Amino acid sequence: MHLTQGTFSYLPPLSDDEIAAQIRYALDRSWAVSIEYTDDPHPRNVYWEMWGLPMFDLKDPAAVLQELNRCRAEHGDCYIRINAYDRSKGRQTTALSFIVNRPLVEPGFRVERTEFADRQVKYTLHAYATDKPAGQRYGPAGS
Amino acid sequence: MMPPSPPGGVRVPFGIPPAQTDAASPADPNGHTVPVASSAGAHPSADHPAKENREVTPEELRAAIDEVLARLDRDLVGLVPVKSRVRDIASLLVVDRLRRAQGLSADPPSLHMSFTGNPGTGKTTVALRMAEILHRLGYSRKGHLVVATRDDLVGQYIGHTAPKTKDVLKRAMGGVLFIDEAYYLYRPENERDYGAEAIEILLQVMEDNRDDLVVILAGYADRMERFFASNPGIKSRIAHHIDFPDYTPDELMQIADLMLEKMMYRFSPAAREAFARYLQRRMRQPHFANARSVRNALDRMRLRQATRLTAQPGTPSREELMMIEAADVLASRVFTTSPTDVEAT
Repeated sequence: MHLTQGTFSYLPPLSDDEIAAQIRYALDRSWAVSIEYTDDPHPRNVYWEMWGLPMFDLKDPAAVLQELNRCRAEHGDCYIRINAYDRSKGRQTTALSFIVNRPLVEPGFRVERTEFADRQVKYTLHAYATDKPAGQRYGPAGS
Repeated sequence: MMPPSPPGGVRVPFGIPPAQTDAASPADPNGHTVPVASSAGAHPSADHPAKENREVTPEELRAAIDEVLARLDRDLVGLVPVKSRVRDIASLLVVDRLRRAQGLSADPPSLHMSFTGNPGTGKTTVALRMAEILHRLGYSRKGHLVVATRDDLVGQYIGHTAPKTKDVLKRAMGGVLFIDEAYYLYRPENERDYGAEAIEILLQVMEDNRDDLVVILAGYADRMERFFASNPGIKSRIAHHIDFPDYTPDELMQIADLMLEKMMYRFSPAAREAFARYLQRRMRQPHFANARSVRNALDRMRLRQATRLTAQPGTPSREELMMIEAADVLASRVFTTSPTDVEAT
């Protein structure tokens, strides 16, 4: 199952050139770019791990690509996303966020139904990957 | 802050050469083949916008570079050897672009430089122009100049240096990194100094990211020489060593005239003659910093002129407001102290 979160999630995976073009767009608007990764694909998981601090005052996407490749080397079996943060006008806003790396196999989600009073049903999503402990969910990098 | 511009709208007058479009290509762990145009301008098609892959005519290249060089000539007095070296490098880059357009492949020229010379000889200014030239020729994607000194690169405790250095390098990518007084990076007297770590990272980036940034090291000639002697790895990675000569008194006078003109002031004939004598004396004193000393001297003369004008009765005329008189020059301590005394005021 192809995880669709963030901008461009309806597109096939972006090539590095396309990623660089998006980063250039962000940098041209003076947005600070940061890299985050996680192995918990749940859509409500907002706590992705930070790969270093957000990168401020960059002019060229090559620097971000370099960090991204370092992150891929270490966490190639995780989801990695790039966030661009817009601090202009005092907004506290992620202006752009898209996935740039995903595990080879994405097992997806199942729907869980919980019955409670009066035969009501609560639905929730459960990622198959999270059955395993963190760090072992998608196998070692590159396998 | 960069003004917003359309995505990919880097203001390069002509196509970015293939070696430069590789924001991603060298190490792509996913094994994506990155579609990089095969050669600049060889296959102009609808898929590739004109700005990316336009045929580069020699005239365009020459016109662009001539404009920058003419400005260099106009704004900087003297520095003949520097200008001719900059011209040489620019010509090499033009030829390299033309060769590549003809399919004559060669490694992109190594562009790291070292600028040696006494203080106030225009190293930073030339570095700025260099960034512009490289940008015009498409060897630098953004053409900005990041100025760094030891403080910006070297940390204070273990594990602090690498992130600091990398941060500066990342900010300089796509442009030029200017490291002023580079020899302070290396402190042989303290073996636990973290400068060596910064140098190591710098060396690696100078080698691996040659397409992404150009490093210019600057400093006094003798100390730079010692720095290179103790760090041979750096010297061998720098292709262009440019020496900035001191200015002659005549050139300093021209610089003073240029500066005054910019500030909308003027020397009276007597003041001009006095300033020439001032330069003669000031140049023999210690801590003489060429154009920077001239600027400081002019600033102090403006102060004296202001004091003189406020002391005299009535409103000064436009002419008076612009004119630096001999008295403003001659009040300098340079004329009253012996040449061996400390910094003039």
